[in-house]
Amino acid sequence: MIIQVENPVVEVHDLTVSYDRKPVLWGIDLTLPAGSLVGVIGPNGAGKSTLIKAMMDLLPAGSGYVRIFDKPIAEVRNRISYVPQRESVDWDFPASVFDVVLMGSYGKLGLFKRPRQADKDAAMDALQKVGMQSFANRQISQLSGGQQQRVFLARALAQNADIYFMDEPFAGVDIATETAIIELLRTMREQGKTVIVVHHDLQSATEYFDWVVLLNMRLVASGPADQVLTQQLLEQTYGGKLTVLTKVGELLRKQEFPARES
Amino acid sequence: MREFIEFFSFADANIRFVTVGSVLLATSSAVVGCFTLLRKRALVGDAVAHAVLPGVCLAFMLSGTKNPFILLLGAFVTGWLSLITIDFITSRSRIKEDTAIALVLSVFFGIGILLLTAIQHSGNAAQSGLDKFLFGKAASLVGEDLIAFSLVAVLLLVTTILFYKELAMLCFDKAYAKTIGYPVRALELLLTTLTVFAVVVGIQAVGVVLMAAMLITPAAAARFWTDKLSLMLVLAALIGAFSGVSGAYVSYTAPAMPTGPWIVLIVSMIAILSFAFAPGKGWVSRLLRQRRNKTLILEENLLKLLYHLGEEKQDFHLPHSLQQILEKRAIPKKQVSAGLSKLRKQGYIEKTPAGWQLTLQGQRRGERVVRLHRLWELYLTQYLQLASDHVHEDAETIEHIITPELEQRLMEELDYPVLDPHSARIP
Repeated sequence: MIIQVENPVVEVHDLTVSYDRKPVLWGIDLTLPAGSLVGVIGPNGAGKSTLIKAMMDLLPAGSGYVRIFDKPIAEVRNRISYVPQRESVDWDFPASVFDVVLMGSYGKLGLFKRPRQADKDAAMDALQKVGMQSFANRQISQLSGGQQQRVFLARALAQNADIYFMDEPFAGVDIATETAIIELLRTMREQGKTVIVVHHDLQSATEYFDWVVLLNMRLVASGPADQVLTQQLLEQTYGGKLTVLTKVGELLRKQEFPARES
Repeated sequence: MREFIEFFSFADANIRFVTVGSVLLATSSAVVGCFTLLRKRALVGDAVAHAVLPGVCLAFMLSGTKNPFILLLGAFVTGWLSLITIDFITSRSRIKEDTAIALVLSVFFGIGILLLTAIQHSGNAAQSGLDKFLFGKAASLVGEDLIAFSLVAVLLLVTTILFYKELAMLCFDKAYAKTIGYPVRALELLLTTLTVFAVVVGIQAVGVVLMAAMLITPAAAARFWTDKLSLMLVLAALIGAFSGVSGAYVSYTAPAMPTGPWIVLIVSMIAILSFAFAPGKGWVSRLLRQRRNKTLILEENLLKLLYHLGEEKQDFHLPHSLQQILEKRAIPKKQVSAGLSKLRKQGYIEKTPAGWQLTLQGQRRGERVVRLHRLWELYLTQYLQLASDHVHEDAETIEHIITPELEQRLMEELDYPVLDPHSARIP
């Protein structure tokens, strides 16, 4: 069940991504509608983070291409925003909460230029939206997991982008933060933004997302949440890895084979 | 002493030059080193430092002169080559980065020593002084050399300040930097180039063997004093500058001494002092915090004890003798006496001819500790399903650390309870 849409914000065409020659995503083909909250769902090791990283060109594609707003990613960098996994950075870095959120303005500022007062105001605004304004001067190593996640979210908000990629924003955060984040995502959707979220909790998926991508090394389904989150499709996604697919991947790695002939 | 005054009056133009040069070199390496440290590439800096030696020797052999620009060029080439080799080995084999660094460092340095020995035995008169690249000699920093190295040092400082925002971003979150369209590869290249240059100019003062200390130690020491990157850069620069001056001084007063080891000893001394005395993170301040905790625990335990005695007698202001207190709880007598007299000074208890008695303030504080103890016991039995005979030990510690806000939360969650799991009243 893979539903394609007209005038998509994101178009992924025949995307294969490999680590150390072993494909972790096989031939992904999907389109996402504008102004939707998209959940990317699948078991551990399904390649969820890999998919959004490849969409943003953080990982090289073995084959295929990605177009965002019908353009190559390099031309629309200022319209996209990324919320990485919390664990991907060293929180002992000498910076305050405000310093990190201010980084959201760096993309538009360009090289050499120092942030202006307007950028500082935007950063403060973003902090307020995630309820962290009183933490602005706090050293980032003193934050709890949920607070770290809010800071990353605020940094993305400060960018004022049109499409947001979020890697496990709900992982390991407290209930209050989870509620705050989902409220925020809904507001963003109402403003016509598209938010793509890597998510691991099936329970909340129906409630949170209006479009769902089911993934397990290959695309199992992509479509409106109520049509995709069915018993049968979920079993296909979570019912273990495809043994042959995994074995072929292993072979490619061991024999140092290329993923494509040319 | 005479030498000291002579040096620090800076009357001699030569001394001025050497000092300015050393300070510039040390400052620029320290500032670049901050980013190398934050990027977690400290070991790479060490490898580069060792790898510039063959470059210096080759440049001399090929050109036959000690022109600083030519030597710098040679150093730069092999320094870079070592980095490329490390990257190549890590990406093309199963060898991990630390192993690759160790391999590259020793191979390049080995070749360097080989070449240096060959030059020294070649009978070329111009070679005298090349060995100063091994352990550094700040005092020989004069004339053309001084201008060349200082120029590079200034360039390094300016570039680092110019790219401050970009480098900070690269070190903190590389993936994010890429998504907002930063030329991440170019920036990485820039930082690597800065590191190589910092090493190349720094070896004049400290020598290749000890250069890593000049790059990393000021940054590591500065990190202890601040959580602000800008301040960290300034502090590292100051620490670098100080060690630079000291190195120049030593080199001037004891010409036979290599400068490197002295600079390294001084900068390491500063680092050790930082580890020990920096507020908050330093070793001494952590020790003090632990002592404060101990005192707090002792004092609150004594107040709690007096409160318990009061509960038994149903009168909280009865005096109790030292003997009664000691019987109630096994605390060493010396500690009890010290704790009691401290509490008296703070106004929580009074001493009467009949013994020690709680003041109103003391009763309140003792009551609070008892309340927290019993609340926590109740919380453990209700929320963690612990047996009621397993909760006392835990509550003994937790009763001292719960904040008023948490106390309020506990009261709410437990619905303002009256009795603890042992049916004692919660005051």
